Amino acid sequence: MTVATMTDWTRARPQPNWLARLFDYKPFLIFMCLLPALGLLLVFLTYPLGLGIWLSFTDTKIGGAGKFVGLDNFEYLAEDPQFWSAVFYSVFYTSVATFGKFALGLWLALLLNNHVPFKSLLRAIILLPWIVPTVLSALAFWWLYDPQFSIFSYLAVDVLHIRDKPFDFLSTIWPARWSLIAANIWRGIPFVAISLLAGLQTISPSLYEAALLDGSSAWQRFRYITFPLLLPILAIVMTFSIIFTFTDFQLVYAITRGGPLNSTHLMATLAFQRGISGGELGEGAAIAVSMIPFLVAATLFSYFALARRKWQQGEAND
Amino acid sequence: MTDVTTTQVDAQSKATVTPDQMTWDSRSRRVVTIYVPLALFVIVLLFPFYWMAITSFKPNAELYDYKKYNPFLIGSPTLQHIKHLLFGTAYPSWLVTTMIVAVCSTTLSLFSSVLAAYAIQRLRFKGSQYVGLGIYLAYLVPPSILFIPLATTIHQFGLFDSPLALILTYPTFLVPFSTWLLIGYFKSIPYELEECALIDGATRLQILRRITLPLAVPGLISAGIFSFTLSWNEFVYALAFIQSSEKKTVSVAILTELVSGDVYQWGSLMAGSLLGSLPVAIFYSFFVDYYVSSLTGAVKE
Repeated sequence: MTVATMTDWTRARPQPNWLARLFDYKPFLIFMCLLPALGLLLVFLTYPLGLGIWLSFTDTKIGGAGKFVGLDNFEYLAEDPQFWSAVFYSVFYTSVATFGKFALGLWLALLLNNHVPFKSLLRAIILLPWIVPTVLSALAFWWLYDPQFSIFSYLAVDVLHIRDKPFDFLSTIWPARWSLIAANIWRGIPFVAISLLAGLQTISPSLYEAALLDGSSAWQRFRYITFPLLLPILAIVMTFSIIFTFTDFQLVYAITRGGPLNSTHLMATLAFQRGISGGELGEGAAIAVSMIPFLVAATLFSYFALARRKWQQGEAND
Repeated sequence: MTDVTTTQVDAQSKATVTPDQMTWDSRSRRVVTIYVPLALFVIVLLFPFYWMAITSFKPNAELYDYKKYNPFLIGSPTLQHIKHLLFGTAYPSWLVTTMIVAVCSTTLSLFSSVLAAYAIQRLRFKGSQYVGLGIYLAYLVPPSILFIPLATTIHQFGLFDSPLALILTYPTFLVPFSTWLLIGYFKSIPYELEECALIDGATRLQILRRITLPLAVPGLISAGIFSFTLSWNEFVYALAFIQSSEKKTVSVAILTELVSGDVYQWGSLMAGSLLGSLPVAIFYSFFVDYYVSSLTGAVKE
C-alpha cells in the first residue's frame, strides 16, 4: 500500500522545465533577486553621487557640457560670503532645531509612557505633523507668520495687548531664522517622540521597581535607568534627525526661499538656487558636495559618542 | 520664540518627574505633570491644521478682518476656495499625477525590496551582510545632495519633465528603508517552514510566493504605507525634474502655480494644502499601527 502511493507520488511529480530549474539555481536566483534593487540604487544613487562629485570640479552649466576646472568652484565659494552665511545657518539651524526636537520629543515620549486614556488615539494624532507633506504644513506656517494677518500678532496686539505692533516674523534676518527653526521643531517632534516612546517601552518595569525599593528619586531613575537604556535608540534617531535637518530643503524653500537678504539659505536651498534656478550646475554641485563632510562628521559623532555599548545591553562587561 | 526656550527649560525639569509609574502620586499632581503638558503638546501640534482647515472654509471677508469676526470660528462657511481650486486651476490633474507617481514608485520599490530582502536574509550568500550594509548606507544619502547630478542624469535618459523620472528616482530613498524593514520581518519567520517546503520539493520562488510572503503581509503593509507617504511628501526631485504645469505634483504645484503675485490667495492656498494632505492622512489613519511599527521597527533594527 505504502509502496503504491510512493510510486504514484513520484510519477505525479512534474519535471520542472529549464526556466524553473534556472530560477532554482541559487547564484542565478540571488543575482535576479538583487538586480532590481541594486540596479535602481546604482543607476539613480551611486552614479549620481559620483557624478555630483565630478560636476563640482567642472564648470558645467545647464544645456552645455563643462570642462574640468579643478578646485575653482570651491575657491570661488570660499570667498563668497553668501556661501559662508548658508554654512553658518545650516549648522545653527541643525543644532538648535535638533536640540529643541529632542528636548521636547523626549518630554512628550515620557508623558506618553504614562498610563493616559486614549493613548493610541493620542499617538495617531501626534504623528500627523510628520505624515502631512512638509510643504503643505510649511504653507500653513507661512500663513501663520503673515506680516499682516498673523493670528499670533492678532493675539498679542488686540487680545492680550502685550505689543503695539504686529510681529515681524519673516522680513528681518534673525526673526526669520528663528521662525524657520520653530517650524522645523514642530515638524520633527512627532518622529522623535514616537521613536523614543518605542525605546521607553522596551525598558523593563522591574528595573524601576528595584530602584524604587532602593529609595531612588525620580531624577535618579531617569538619569541612571531611563537615559542610559534609551541611549542606543537616541543615537540612531539623532543621526537620522541631524542628517535630514542639515539637508532640509522644503521648509526654507516654501516659507522664505532663502530671504530676507539671503540670510535663511541652507546649503541645500543655496545649491538649488545656484544649480537649478541659476543654471550653474557645477557650482551648485560644489555646494552640495560641501555638505558631505558635515554629514559624515555628524554621523561619526553620534555613532561614536552615543552608540550601543555592551554594558547597556546587559551583556558581560569587558 | 521665547515660548520655545521656556518650554525647553520646562522639558528638563519635568522630564525628571514623569517616568514614575509606580509612585502613588496624587491626582492633582498627575494633572499638572502629565495632562496639562500633554494637552499643550496636542494643541501646539494640531493648531496649524486647525488653522489650515478653518482658513479653507472662511469667506474672504472674514479671512482678512479679525476685529469684526472671531478669527477662531467660521461665521458663514463657504466652499468658494475649494470650488476655485477644483474648477479654476489644474488641481485635479496635480492630484492624479501625485497619486500615480506615489502608487507606481511604492509598487516598484516594494517589488525590488521584497526580492532584495529575501536574497539577503534567506538565500544567504557570501558577502550578503555587506550588501545589506550598503543598502542601509544608501538610506543615509539625502536627496538634497543628489538632485543636481540626478537632474543631469534624468536629462541624459531623456526623462526630463516626465512622471517616469519621479517613479524611477523615488525608489532610491524607498528601497533602502523597505529592504531593512522586510529583512527584519523575514528574520521573524521561522526558517523551518521554508526547509519543510524545500523537502517537499518546492522551488525557492514558490517558497517566497506561497510561504514567506503571506507570513510577511504585516511587514509589506508597513513598508507600503511608509513608502506611499514618503513619495507623496517628496518635494525636491519633483521640483527639479518636472517643468510643465499639469505634470507637477501637488506640493510643487501649490507652491509654484498658486503662489503668484504679491497678493496671496490664502483661502485657496490653505484649501489646496488641506486637500493635498487629506489622502495621505486618511490612508495613514487606516493603518496607524502598521505605520508606527514600521517607524519604530526601522529605528530599532
